[in-house]
Amino acid sequence: MQNGKTVVIGVIGADCHAVGNKIIEHALKEEGFNVVNIGVLSPQEDFINAAIETNADAILVSSLYGHGEIDCRGFREKCNEAGLKDIILYVGGNLVVGKQDWKEVEKRFLDMGFNRAYPPGTDIKLSIKDLKKDLGLEE
Amino acid sequence: MDAILLIDFGSTYTKLTAVDIESEEILATAKDLTTVNTDIMIGFNKAYEKLMKNIGEREVNFVKKLACSSAAGGLKMVAIGLVPELTAEAAKRAALGAGARILGVYSYELNKHEIEEIKSKKPDIILLAGGTDGGNKDCIIHNAKLLAEHIKDVPIVVAGNKNANDEIEEIFNNAGLFYKITENVMPKLNTINVEPAREVIRSIFMQKIVEAKGMKNAENFINGILMPTPAAVLKAAKILADGSDKEEGIGELVIVDIGGATTDVHSIAKGDPSKPGVTLRGLQEPYAKRTVEGDLGMRVSAVSLFEASGTRRIKKFAPNTPYDVEERCKFLQQNVNIIPRTEEEYEFDEALGMVATEIAMERHVGTVESVYTPMGIIYSQVGKDLLNVKYLIGTGGVLVHSRNPEKILKAGLFSMESPNYLKPTNPVILVDKTYILSAMGLLAEEYPDMAVRIMKKYIVRA
Ligand code: B12
Repeated sequence: MQNGKTVVIGVIGADCHAVGNKIIEHALKEEGFNVVNIGVLSPQEDFINAAIETNADAILVSSLYGHGEIDCRGFREKCNEAGLKDIILYVGGNLVVGKQDWKEVEKRFLDMGFNRAYPPGTDIKLSIKDLKKDLGLEE
Repeated sequence: MDAILLIDFGSTYTKLTAVDIESEEILATAKDLTTVNTDIMIGFNKAYEKLMKNIGEREVNFVKKLACSSAAGGLKMVAIGLVPELTAEAAKRAALGAGARILGVYSYELNKHEIEEIKSKKPDIILLAGGTDGGNKDCIIHNAKLLAEHIKDVPIVVAGNKNANDEIEEIFNNAGLFYKITENVMPKLNTINVEPAREVIRSIFMQKIVEAKGMKNAENFINGILMPTPAAVLKAAKILADGSDKEEGIGELVIVDIGGATTDVHSIAKGDPSKPGVTLRGLQEPYAKRTVEGDLGMRVSAVSLFEASGTRRIKKFAPNTPYDVEERCKFLQQNVNIIPRTEEEYEFDEALGMVATEIAMERHVGTVESVYTPMGIIYSQVGKDLLNVKYLIGTGGVLVHSRNPEKILKAGLFSMESPNYLKPTNPVILVDKTYILSAMGLLAEEYPDMAVRIMKKYIVRA
């Protein structure tokens, strides 16, 4: 059953880790989302352009190779610039290099304008629950 | 003897080709100046007389007379989409493949200024796209409203988000516009679907544009002006590559057509990455792809060709030319009818042809970028990989009349100087010596098997 919401997903920057991306696509589809997967090696502009054309409700950004912070900088501002004012932005994967305090890392991504950020090893099912809540599909 | 007459009402010349049905030979060709401003049939009749003279004593009965046209400015179009790299680009590619000259590409919500600009460009057809199916529809509806309000007399092809079609239909019906709705040029993100829009554009061309350009009276004598000339070339290219029901094609190919004003490149190829470990990104490319470079030409566009390349790049192909490159380009642009006579003039024209080929191919083919990682290099490709294309074919006056078409065409091949351009590496180089490609595109409409056989016979090694 389709739930009527469209989500853009992809792996940002020069990052070619493809496995998690496919798993996320599958999990979202199972929950009834219309998934627009732009795949690996995707610059910010590709996420934004895809969201505009498909009238997406949310963008889920993956970053696995440790350069997430650099790659994600300015993402929210670009969304605003492109007219995607209230679009929901999540980010997850292995966002930074090494063992850093997650609270610190999370704060940095929230300050960048992401609605939610997820630490390594997060079960994607939990994130999808959050997403449904944020989109008003579930309590 | 039964024969078929194929006519190309070109921008400068009306060219006729007579094909013998029995022997599948080209009986004769002839041309004369196109006379679209007075009566298109005057130039046609002159060419026809020459043709009959060339045919000679033999009795011919033309059982079919088919035409294409790029007279009166060709098919002029404006393409409108949402995101420049996505639906606007997809719309542009659809229009190019339909044989159009693109006057402008617009994206996002249009403003009044842009609407005025579109109006002043006087397009023959407007292609309106925007949004994937189920995606954004605000933009295309906004643009439909503006068009309905400000542009009344231009046929519109709607090929955008299907969820917007009902509303657009209502808007255009209320405004009394002539329009046709067809499938989305980009139904899903990065998936291109240009054929339905191309077909609709062609039907409007036959139905309305031919008449609007004062060519209706030609249709009393011939069976129809079926398509714009570049669409006929693309059609010929496609059937030559793919084959017909009975005739096998020759496989993936690229056609380069260098003209006085533009350089066209057609490729019939999938273009998927030919090397392992390459990730394909961005908007999918049409299997039959046409690009037109309006700034690369041998005469009318000689100065812009110079601006796009520069002295050093042109001199790379003519190191000892006595000319000042910029001055010579200006001179050629002001004297468009110049035909080279001396060795120096030949050499310079060849160099221009080579630069035009090189740059036009760079713009047509895909590129690959390397991404450096601690694991080594990974590659990402945008556009078509044409490295392994089997044939490179030259057509158009410059190449057909050149003494050395192979040398000119070789400038379009893969080079280690710029290895990120995925140009053909080692294709067989052919030339359309009898200049029959557009005629064969027409012939293919009625006799596809014959068209393939004739092309195989007449398009020969350089
Ligand atoms: C396989 C692999 C590779 C393969 C990738 C093949 C491919 N094309 O997919 C290759 C060998 C090419 C590779 C290369 C590199 N890799 Co690697 N790779 C891995 C490895 C072993 C597994 C990744 C994987 O597929 N996991 C399985 C999937 C299902 O999990 P996942 O990717 O984490 O995704 C899940 C979650 O993270 C989450 N998730 C992901 N995104 C998002 C987004 C949101 C919004 C949410 C909610 C959730 C979410 O959901 C996903 C599904 O469950 C990991 C280590 C590991 N065990 O994780 C290292 C790892 C990711 N690689 C790493 C590194 C450093 C690299 C390299 C830079 C060099 C190197 N040392 O190998 C290069 C980078 C290449 C590049 N430019 O991208 C590091 C990253 C370190 C960091 N971030 O701090 C890791 C963690 C290994 C390590 N511990 O050092 N790698």
